[in-house]
Amino acid sequence: MAWDRNQMAARAAQELQDGMYVNLGIGIPTLVANYIPEGVQVTLQSENGMLGIGPFPTENEVDADLINAGKQTVTALPNTAYFDSAESFAMIRGGKINMAILGAMEVAENGDIANWMIPGKLVKGMGGAMDLVAGVERVIVVMDHTNKAGESKLLKACTLPLTAQGVVKRIITNLGVLDVVEGGLKIIECAEGVTEDEIRAATEAAIVN
Amino acid sequence: MKKVYGSANEALDGLLFDGMTIAAGGFGLCGIPELLIDAIREAGTKDITIASNNCGVDDFGLGVLLKTRQIKKMMSSYVGENAEFMRQYLSGELELEFNPQGTLAERMRAGGAGIAGFYTKTGVGTVIAEGKEHKEFGGETYILERGIFADLSIVKAWKADTTGNAIFRKTARNFNPPAAKCGRVCVLEVEEIVEPGTLDPDHIHLPGIYVNRLIQGQHEKRIEQRTVRTA
Repeated sequence: MAWDRNQMAARAAQELQDGMYVNLGIGIPTLVANYIPEGVQVTLQSENGMLGIGPFPTENEVDADLINAGKQTVTALPNTAYFDSAESFAMIRGGKINMAILGAMEVAENGDIANWMIPGKLVKGMGGAMDLVAGVERVIVVMDHTNKAGESKLLKACTLPLTAQGVVKRIITNLGVLDVVEGGLKIIECAEGVTEDEIRAATEAAIVN
Repeated sequence: MKKVYGSANEALDGLLFDGMTIAAGGFGLCGIPELLIDAIREAGTKDITIASNNCGVDDFGLGVLLKTRQIKKMMSSYVGENAEFMRQYLSGELELEFNPQGTLAERMRAGGAGIAGFYTKTGVGTVIAEGKEHKEFGGETYILERGIFADLSIVKAWKADTTGNAIFRKTARNFNPPAAKCGRVCVLEVEEIVEPGTLDPDHIHLPGIYVNRLIQGQHEKRIEQRTVRTA
């Protein structure tokens, strides 16, 4: 039994610590906001210019001037601050954001990440992903361990164009939690009902003890 | 000093020419200068290079200038949500220069601040770094990115006084201030023009020195992803 999307998000939420400023990517990382542990107060950053993202609006609260980086309508909180895009990436590049949780297509055993482009397919752009992974203190990836063909997405070396080199610290997959350490990936935790041997079998990257 | 114009067409009079570079504010469809974009479409200016985070959607925002084939090149970080963009790009009719979002914002800010270039870690070791100067600072590698100096800035704010002091609303600020500053001339559109003294000087986001011309008008403010919760 592996973790489903929500269980992966819930596990990722355990990484959050009180007082952190955090940027959540699109997809499963967005769900992390639903599982912030009791007693932990984190401030979510949206790179289009907002600190302190509130829940989605009710029909009456919808405001065209208030969106997140996924272009979804959102609401503000009592401690919300707005700023322009240059300021937003100054705080990202300047290392003020404590953690970024984002998705990936591939991660390599040295912490390289590829998550913006598949050559020959539709190329939409990297948005803020390159700035985030290059500037944020702790980068955590939430992704499926294997692709639809059952091939590992945790590789010795990325095959897709990189988003950044050597930046990923921790990977949370449907099979468990792995850290990027000297020499490869270290298994930190197995999903319920998953064994270390199963993780090893599903991983191309070197696993170190 | 006359900055207030009667319409977007009047405000752009004498500023548009074929082959020009325009910096535009907005993130997705939020805070885009929709009135000025429409006026550029009507003017028919050709071979435009546009620095803007996105390129609108097929029938709104900068997408309307794609439809009329007025754009030669886009400098953007993300161009999904636009079928005509992909068609023109894949057929080679449209040039595209991807910029990481923060690099694009800083390139605009730098251009407006008279800074020709800056070093950043963003993009090191990726295709973005190819052909760019690399330099070590404190044992870490950075790449050189250039400031953007545009012929014209087109931006949108919430309110401005008649001298161009402007305030933005919520996340509609986004790329507007950096885009406003990097143009040789800046034209601003707002929802409401007020008399000087109405806005608190401590609350001005964009001082009027950056704004050369200004118009007021009705905005559609289309929403790209209306996402709601049940009350």
